[in-house]
Amino acid sequence: MSVSTTKKIFSVCATCSVRCPIEVEVENGAIKHIWGNPHLIGGRHLCPRGTAQKATQADTERVQHPMIRDGERGSGKWKKASWDEALDYVADKLKTITDKYGGESVVLGDRGGPFTDLHKAFIKAIGSPNYFNQHATCSNSVHNAHNGIAGQRRNTVTYDWKNCNYAILYSRNIIESLGTKEAKDFIDALERGMKFIYTDARWTYTAAKADRFFILRPGTEYALNLGLINVIVREKLYDAEFVNDWVVGMKALTAFVEPYTPEWAEKETGVSSKEIITIAHELANAKPSVILNQGWMTARSSDDYYFRRSIYILYGLLGAYEAPGGLLFNKNETHCGYKPLRKFVNLPPKVEKKRFDGIGWKYKHLSPDYGLGQMLPYAILNEDPYPVKAFICYRFDPLSSFPDPEAFKEGLMKLDLLVSVDINFSHIGWISDVILPEAMHLERTDPVISKGGPKPALWIRKQAVEPKYDSKPKWWIIKQLAERLGIGQYFPYDSIETLIEWQLKDMGFKLSDFDEKGYIGLTPKQILFDRKTDLPFKTPTKKLEFVSSILEENGISSFPPYKSPEPPPDGNFRLITGKIAVHTQGTTLNNKYLNEIQSENRLWINTDEAKKLGIEDTDLVEVSCDGVSQNVRAAVTDFIHPEVVYTLHGYGREIPLQTRSYKKGLRDNVFMKGLLEVSVGGNCPIANCFVSIKKA
Amino acid sequence: MSNYYIYQDQKRCIGCNACEVHCKTKNDISVGPSFCKIIPVGPKLSGGIPRINFVFMPCFHCESPWCVSACPTGAMQKRAKDGIVFVDPPLCVGCKSCITACPWGTPQWNPETGKVFKCDYCKDRIDEGLEPACVTGCTTAALKWVSPAESSRMRREFFAKTLVDSKSYL
Repeated sequence: MSVSTTKKIFSVCATCSVRCPIEVEVENGAIKHIWGNPHLIGGRHLCPRGTAQKATQADTERVQHPMIRDGERGSGKWKKASWDEALDYVADKLKTITDKYGGESVVLGDRGGPFTDLHKAFIKAIGSPNYFNQHATCSNSVHNAHNGIAGQRRNTVTYDWKNCNYAILYSRNIIESLGTKEAKDFIDALERGMKFIYTDARWTYTAAKADRFFILRPGTEYALNLGLINVIVREKLYDAEFVNDWVVGMKALTAFVEPYTPEWAEKETGVSSKEIITIAHELANAKPSVILNQGWMTARSSDDYYFRRSIYILYGLLGAYEAPGGLLFNKNETHCGYKPLRKFVNLPPKVEKKRFDGIGWKYKHLSPDYGLGQMLPYAILNEDPYPVKAFICYRFDPLSSFPDPEAFKEGLMKLDLLVSVDINFSHIGWISDVILPEAMHLERTDPVISKGGPKPALWIRKQAVEPKYDSKPKWWIIKQLAERLGIGQYFPYDSIETLIEWQLKDMGFKLSDFDEKGYIGLTPKQILFDRKTDLPFKTPTKKLEFVSSILEENGISSFPPYKSPEPPPDGNFRLITGKIAVHTQGTTLNNKYLNEIQSENRLWINTDEAKKLGIEDTDLVEVSCDGVSQNVRAAVTDFIHPEVVYTLHGYGREIPLQTRSYKKGLRDNVFMKGLLEVSVGGNCPIANCFVSIKKA
Repeated sequence: MSNYYIYQDQKRCIGCNACEVHCKTKNDISVGPSFCKIIPVGPKLSGGIPRINFVFMPCFHCESPWCVSACPTGAMQKRAKDGIVFVDPPLCVGCKSCITACPWGTPQWNPETGKVFKCDYCKDRIDEGLEPACVTGCTTAALKWVSPAESSRMRREFFAKTLVDSKSYL
């Protein structure tokens, strides 16, 4: 009789970009269940995407071994390769390309996040400055806005839901586009009595829990904020001490918002001036314990950047930085008296070459931390500013997340080398020369990460089970490629154990210190900076710059006049997209359990508009834009702005090997023609997409 | 009713379906059947806001279960020690009488075995002193594993709080 053995491994999920701490129950070498890590979440709570990964681990419809293209790009013809063959193929091509065109001809893209150290080190070691992530279609405008105004990225501050009394959520569908801990903290705050206002172009589950909900024309959330700032400034409702201590540009702000009265904002938004004045007073009464949440996906309009700035201006006026219930600065190892975790990216020499995407020379106010992925196809096609010949795409699918995949693909098809590293098949994988299957998160250990926050900690993603297929962890893939390219010295390890030992060396910790709780806490209690003297704004003035030095120096106005968003052309609708709890970015659509819950998307359309077009609920409708047409079922609702149609992002996948999701639903990004643009915030303006609708 | 009850706090529930997925992965259920289900009802305007209810439908483990009475083979049983209603697979002949009998659509057809299976409150977990997977994994702790008496108390409290809250919407 065999004895059943059960063990519990603490790790970190990798399904969506939230990366929740998890506890994996393993029985006889197989995954029994995936829970949240109770030591970090306060219970074994875990969202449906995270726990459903048990099914992905067991799935046959994922990449099972290295694959090398055996036909035209995108022909779907592959040959099975050994790791040596596949790695030799990639390394040989990279060598040829970098010998001829220099290291800068290689670009690496990923989904961003905390687990990027090794591949950032790799691209730097090649001699390329060209790392970018998905944020041009996600949070570029908010990162860059916060950089301009506070000298810090968005993710250098954390929302203190625990103590917040009043919040505005701007199209931030926090309980559907969710991270487990944040959704739970938010619900806890509601139970405690926090009030919140929700604005969006459509109803969501979050709207259903709001104290007040406004359906706004896309782009006019900015007008609402201008009205609020007008009242707060005019009636001197702001935190005068905080403003005096930390703000520069108050005079310019006062002059700028003068015409944007609540009455003006009422005309622009449809929210009554009385209501706007009430909200301004409520914000002032609740200050500094207020959260103005914009979430992550902020790549909507061309002037998105200025809307995001207006949010940080409100935070400044309300003195919410480093205040309980407001925005808390994230602290790191050094604030807890430790030397920092060692990073591989610090090992290779600095790369002096200019970037492919214009950041640092054409776009001096934008940060290279995220880059401008939308420029990649142009750089390839025009060899501007130099030839770009290879793209390594790490666990990321720009042909799903970026607008206009046909235009993006046109550039990619001209590359000498296109490599996809992924656990799943993806649209970019399908046209790649090589697919290198990374072991999925349950099957690999990754380098330790430093988790900044009011209570900093070290986290680790730990292998729970053996890889089901011939897949490998990132540390191994990178090391193998580096050795072949003669840059192995920048990766001073020969196993994950020696890698982590190297990382932790200056801190005095060891791998086994993670065993008990899955993390290493660096401080027993929350660290708060002195609000009077120690706020770490990293702008040139070390203040919160309402008039931003980085903008003014580059000839960009801090306060351009508000432009009303253009209405859709006659007979057209603005297409907006969003998410639900069971899926992320299309990558989970082929998971059998998640697919079962939501296998297709639908097109939401306003009841009156649908009536005009003779469309009834569940009718099949044809969506068209610039020669592209697809059919989808309509969802007719009163609770969407009449100028807007909405659908879930990521559907309509076109990878035949993913049978559950193949061609199911509408593929949203194919309609976003010509939107591979650089807006002032570095984002693609993906809601500038207009489509016509008719009954199919 | 069994000794247990799953209380759903509507104010905490976000309709994320985590309960369903935790249930399916824990019980290794194939695509199709589902031991529990979240049914969204709404949106419906209430106090100017379109509200929604997420109705959680596990098995209620009745005191006098229709399914047990309907079962001709004794496969559908009520556990003596705590009243959990479960199926003993070797005895099930797949006649579907229980599916016909249950007013809430709880017994599920297993296409892989040609038998019925259903929510048993994860009795293996209960016997280990744990709670059902749906409750343990619930994203926002909206589901609570309680006794029927506790549930009544919580429901009363919830109702009273809602009365106060609804005034603040006016």
